[in-house]
Amino acid sequence: MRALIWRELRMAAAGGSFLLPLIFFLLVASLFPFAVGPDAPLLARTGGGAMWMAALLAAVLPVDRLVEQDRAQGVLDQLALRDVGEEFVALAKLAGHWLSFGPPLMLAALPASALLGLPREALLRLELGLLAGTPGLAALTLIVAALTAGLRGTGALAGLLMLPVAVPILIFGAGLAADGNEGGALKLLAALSLFLVAVAPFAAGAAIRAARQ
Amino acid sequence: MSLLRLDRVACVRGGRLLFENLSLALAEGEAALVAGPNGVGKSSLIRLAAGLLRQAAGKVERGCPAALADDMLALDERLSLERALAFWARLDRTRVGPGMEAMGLSHLASVPVRMLSTGQRKRASLARVACSGAMLWLLDEPANGLDSEGVERLDALIAAHRARGGALLAASHLPLRLEDAHRVELA
Repeated sequence: MRALIWRELRMAAAGGSFLLPLIFFLLVASLFPFAVGPDAPLLARTGGGAMWMAALLAAVLPVDRLVEQDRAQGVLDQLALRDVGEEFVALAKLAGHWLSFGPPLMLAALPASALLGLPREALLRLELGLLAGTPGLAALTLIVAALTAGLRGTGALAGLLMLPVAVPILIFGAGLAADGNEGGALKLLAALSLFLVAVAPFAAGAAIRAARQ
Repeated sequence: MSLLRLDRVACVRGGRLLFENLSLALAEGEAALVAGPNGVGKSSLIRLAAGLLRQAAGKVERGCPAALADDMLALDERLSLERALAFWARLDRTRVGPGMEAMGLSHLASVPVRMLSTGQRKRASLARVACSGAMLWLLDEPANGLDSEGVERLDALIAAHRARGGALLAASHLPLRLEDAHRVELA
């Protein structure tokens, strides 16, 4: 398991996956004030939501290579021959994907919140929300990546498949950042994320198996 | 005890019946060569034996772990050849040295996989099989892209594998030196 997660991280690093979401996230944070205007209270109120949009899109970035690359190169077949279960492979990919973008985003949220003038409590809620919500985003990305592996032109299709399903995470995450933990937004976000993380290895594993036939 | 047993197996791909009623048993040291024109289901038979494809009817049994070499290299393109092979060797708890030596790849150990030529890639995928320590080898067109020296090394590798008690199922339209091998004709 450790060898597999390590391999995922190595491939993510080689594909620029650590740096790319980070730069992407910061780019959104610095462009957002230009689009909305330099109204400090407005920015502070909407900044959390913009950060969540950026986090969602950063999570989708590697959707085309996450599973497809290993399928096309026969790595998934070789793992199956060694009796490594597809669910196990999916779990390693989930862990690797989250590690490659979740913690970097949480780090990038610090300078981003300064750019948007988020108050300290809002930043804390944003970080807490990212910690709870990004595993769910990683799980969604993995499921979609596994479902679209082997199809051509998956980038756009993957976005269409995934973004609508990510709406609940976005609502609770952005709501938590903007309005505080009203109505238990953090708990709902964490529950949703946990559900997706629990389902993803089985869904992605089944999709990998089905793609073989 | 047989290392691979196919019992009246049928294979359907894309709604088309490729073959049916195919039976085959490979014991220790035995080899089988699958022959037939393009598109007749040679690769499908190999994948079926590997358990990567489900048979439409019949039974497939493997008595031991299998190693597969097909047209997919399954080595990380960015890594050096030795480290890419070592990833699988670590999972198999074996070492990469003897396999690389056997396919004449030792001098390429530090070259990234993406820089290898067609023939060198084929050698690398055979080295991956040789390193695996599996007793059942499934080779899909193993001689494709190999030069004469490579084919000689492949023959020697297979002979050593069989002498060690290993079994082999190969699909190839190029001549392989397989002494007293079963022939599976697909048509």
